[in-house]
Amino acid sequence: MKQADFVSLVMPFKDKVFRLAKRLLVSREEAEDATQEILLKLWRNKEKIGDYKNVEAFSMTMTKNFCLDRLKSRQAQNLKIVHSNYTDNSSSLQKQVEARDSMDWVSRIMEDLPEQQKIIVQLRDIEQYDYAEIAKMLDMNETAVRVNLSRARKTIREKLTNTHRYGIK
Amino acid sequence: MVLNNVEKLLEKYDNAETSLKEEAQLRVYFESDDVAPHLEHYKPMFLYFSQSQQEQYTKDVPLKPKRTKLYQWISVAAVAVLMLGFIIPTVIGPTQEELKKQELAMEAYNKTMEAFKLVSLGINEGKQQLNSLAMVSDNFNQGIEEAGRLSEFSKTTNKIFKNK
Repeated sequence: MKQADFVSLVMPFKDKVFRLAKRLLVSREEAEDATQEILLKLWRNKEKIGDYKNVEAFSMTMTKNFCLDRLKSRQAQNLKIVHSNYTDNSSSLQKQVEARDSMDWVSRIMEDLPEQQKIIVQLRDIEQYDYAEIAKMLDMNETAVRVNLSRARKTIREKLTNTHRYGIK
Repeated sequence: MVLNNVEKLLEKYDNAETSLKEEAQLRVYFESDDVAPHLEHYKPMFLYFSQSQQEQYTKDVPLKPKRTKLYQWISVAAVAVLMLGFIIPTVIGPTQEELKKQELAMEAYNKTMEAFKLVSLGINEGKQQLNSLAMVSDNFNQGIEEAGRLSEFSKTTNKIFKNK
């Protein structure tokens, strides 16, 4: 496999890998490192890539495992990474100004979710994979995915409703 | 979208029963500006989702083909060959012992040459002596001729004596 082939194969989902990594690791730098690591791993095993049925799903699984490992070792080192890099590069300016606070809130709420739910929300609501794909990536059955997703969505909504009310009152 | 419909979808959404299409409908609704006030608190969530969807990985990944690694090693190999070129002659070349042997052989050669020279000197002397011998033999031959003449002389004298 040539470099160009590889790039065109990886192009469509490298951003998804990055976003999932960022969801889990929070800091942008760390997520970038993780993405690079994942892509290099794929590149090193490019001979075997043809054997995988779904490279994208495989990469997402790899990313998930890699990031969870990172988190574990980070906990072991008792290292806290401070982050302040919520990039907002979409929607009109007015919308942004209106929603920035609450969007910060959403990301903070998502940070508080358990890892599993975080991953599922990321894959479903942001990357828009269907349930079968998510189930395959996470090695779970679809019902479990749905249950987790429902829980996560409800948590987010609840917390958001509360802060919304606080904001008004 | 009809409000009623949205509320139904939201309920399904919370139970994770919506399809991707329905979720897209919800997203469109919440991204528009006329969201029903009592659903306002959903807005940041959907906005956040579609916003984080646009985040991109911009860093370059250094994908090096494996061949370049080989090229790197070629220079190392060249240096190694050069070093070997310098080292081998000093290590594997003639050792001290071999040099000594060579010296000994030269000495022996010189000594034999001297001896041969001496011998040839002796031979030359012998040659000169032979020359004198040849001189002697020359004289001897002359003597013999003289003796022949003498016998000739004695013949004539005998003739004279007979005539008497």
